[in-house]
Amino acid sequence: MSTDLRAIGRVRPPRGGSIRRGLGKTTVWMIISIGIVIALVPFVWMVSGSFRSEADLFGNPASLFPTSWTLHGYTAIWQQLPFLRLLLNTLIFAGGTTVLLLLFDSMCAYALARLKFRGSKLLFWLVIATLMVPIQVTLIPVFIELFHFGWLDTYQGLIIPRATSAFGIFLLRQSFISIPRELDEAARIDGAGHLRIYARIILPLSKPALATLAVLHFMTLWNDLLWPLIVTSSPDMRTLPAGLTLFGGQHVTDHAVLLAGATISLLPLALAFFLAQRFFVQGVATTGLK
Amino acid sequence: MTSTEVTPAARASRSRGRGDGFRLLGIRLQPAWFFIAPSVLIILVFIVYPITQSLWYSLFNWQIGATNQEWVGVGNYVKLFHDELFWNALRVTATFAVVSVASQLVVGYLLATALAEDTWINRVTRSIFFFPTIVALTTIGLVWRFLLDPDIGLVGGILHTIGAEPIDFLQNTSLALPSVIFVSVWKNLGFTMVLLLAGLKAVPAYLYEAARIDGANARQLTWHVTIPTIRPTILFTTLILTINSLQVFDLVYVMTGGGPLFSTDTLVTQLFREGFQNFHIGYASAIAWVLFALIMIIAAFQLRLFRYNDVD
Repeated sequence: MSTDLRAIGRVRPPRGGSIRRGLGKTTVWMIISIGIVIALVPFVWMVSGSFRSEADLFGNPASLFPTSWTLHGYTAIWQQLPFLRLLLNTLIFAGGTTVLLLLFDSMCAYALARLKFRGSKLLFWLVIATLMVPIQVTLIPVFIELFHFGWLDTYQGLIIPRATSAFGIFLLRQSFISIPRELDEAARIDGAGHLRIYARIILPLSKPALATLAVLHFMTLWNDLLWPLIVTSSPDMRTLPAGLTLFGGQHVTDHAVLLAGATISLLPLALAFFLAQRFFVQGVATTGLK
Repeated sequence: MTSTEVTPAARASRSRGRGDGFRLLGIRLQPAWFFIAPSVLIILVFIVYPITQSLWYSLFNWQIGATNQEWVGVGNYVKLFHDELFWNALRVTATFAVVSVASQLVVGYLLATALAEDTWINRVTRSIFFFPTIVALTTIGLVWRFLLDPDIGLVGGILHTIGAEPIDFLQNTSLALPSVIFVSVWKNLGFTMVLLLAGLKAVPAYLYEAARIDGANARQLTWHVTIPTIRPTILFTTLILTINSLQVFDLVYVMTGGGPLFSTDTLVTQLFREGFQNFHIGYASAIAWVLFALIMIIAAFQLRLFRYNDVD
């Protein structure tokens, strides 16, 4: 799948496909333009709304842009929410989990791709089988486990259970297998052990797969609501999605503040998307995770 | 050197040299164990064991921390079968899945074919449609909740400007679910488009040439060349979209919280409410297993359906 996607740009459609011939190019583009407007307006409205006062929002609901600009949303957010803390928690959760996940998944994938050991087949099938399990099935027992470990409302509770992914192991194993074994053997003759072969040969040669996996998981974790909502309970341990949702429902009625929060929380991903779109498209399309 | 000449000591030293493992308490540790340990430990503790536990809990009236749990057997499943809210959640989830998956496939396919050619304007347009995919469902839910708000929302504002009465979409029992479905389609359209584009790319040009020489028109090309050829992609896309939409939670939780009057209450919002707000652990576990079974059945059914067609 991933190799197909790299070539998306080179798609050649059937000349005169049914839609185009049926409706004409202009009509198609008129419809697409309406689509573009519908796709973009919510984001424009979100950013512009974060600069509008309550009076302006209630007074001119039909307007897409502020009649007068105010920075109120961006100044009040730090007082009305523990926003810095939310930002920090999200960074620790998404960043920490992604780093550990890349490490653990690549180690496991290395063993599956390069080492002979008893139970390797069993492990591979275990990995495949866990791909099928929806998170909701394990949610309650994991919650109770974390309760008994005393890990609820802690960073380790947020991070450790998510620090490996069957999909990641699978993807990296496929990528490692495609690296020629001669490279390992040459390193082995030079006296390198498995740890060195893994760190110095396999990992550097798998950068695209690792980057795709990193982008995908960072995005998923950064955006995740259900997991942080369940593991954390104190306002100081919430992440951005959980925090904005809960505060948006209860304490904060100021729309500009919530829109400012939404804008800030979108900023890192949007920036990364413009810089490295390829990895997002590949990552999302190879897994179907969102 | 023949094998008879090898002394036990030499054999021992050779076997030690062969594996690069080292010994701990007399057990030779294989290097593989070191590499797989973290992932295996996490998978066993946080996936495999919890799956068995979940099934176990669903047979009890489970209380967190209690020493004696009340065994109810299939009682939770029986209760579920008679629970009107469960059937409601099932109906809502099914409606959500069918309508959103079908619209995404149709509109996504049209978009993919319209934007397939690699011109700069198509590339930019594809990026615009794909962008909502990377945005958190909570952000999208929040923004659309405001957009659809009758007092401050753009939609209400526009309706008011053209002289119509602003509608409170999310407080209306018959409009809330369609609104949530619309937003979900809006978010996932670009994702569907990208998946289908990958399939379209793989259709060999000679198929079109051959069909055209035989006098096929554009409609026939679509139905008899393109769609049959990209059937595996359509299957994969349908499967992923269906599984994802059966698990819908974030968008509903943020936009409506399952309301008004449970009109948008899905299986996972019900599971969340029962498990983490009412702490009916056994009951919520039963819901989780019904969801799991449902996903497995639908996946198997879709795989079978598409393979059947392949044989024809």
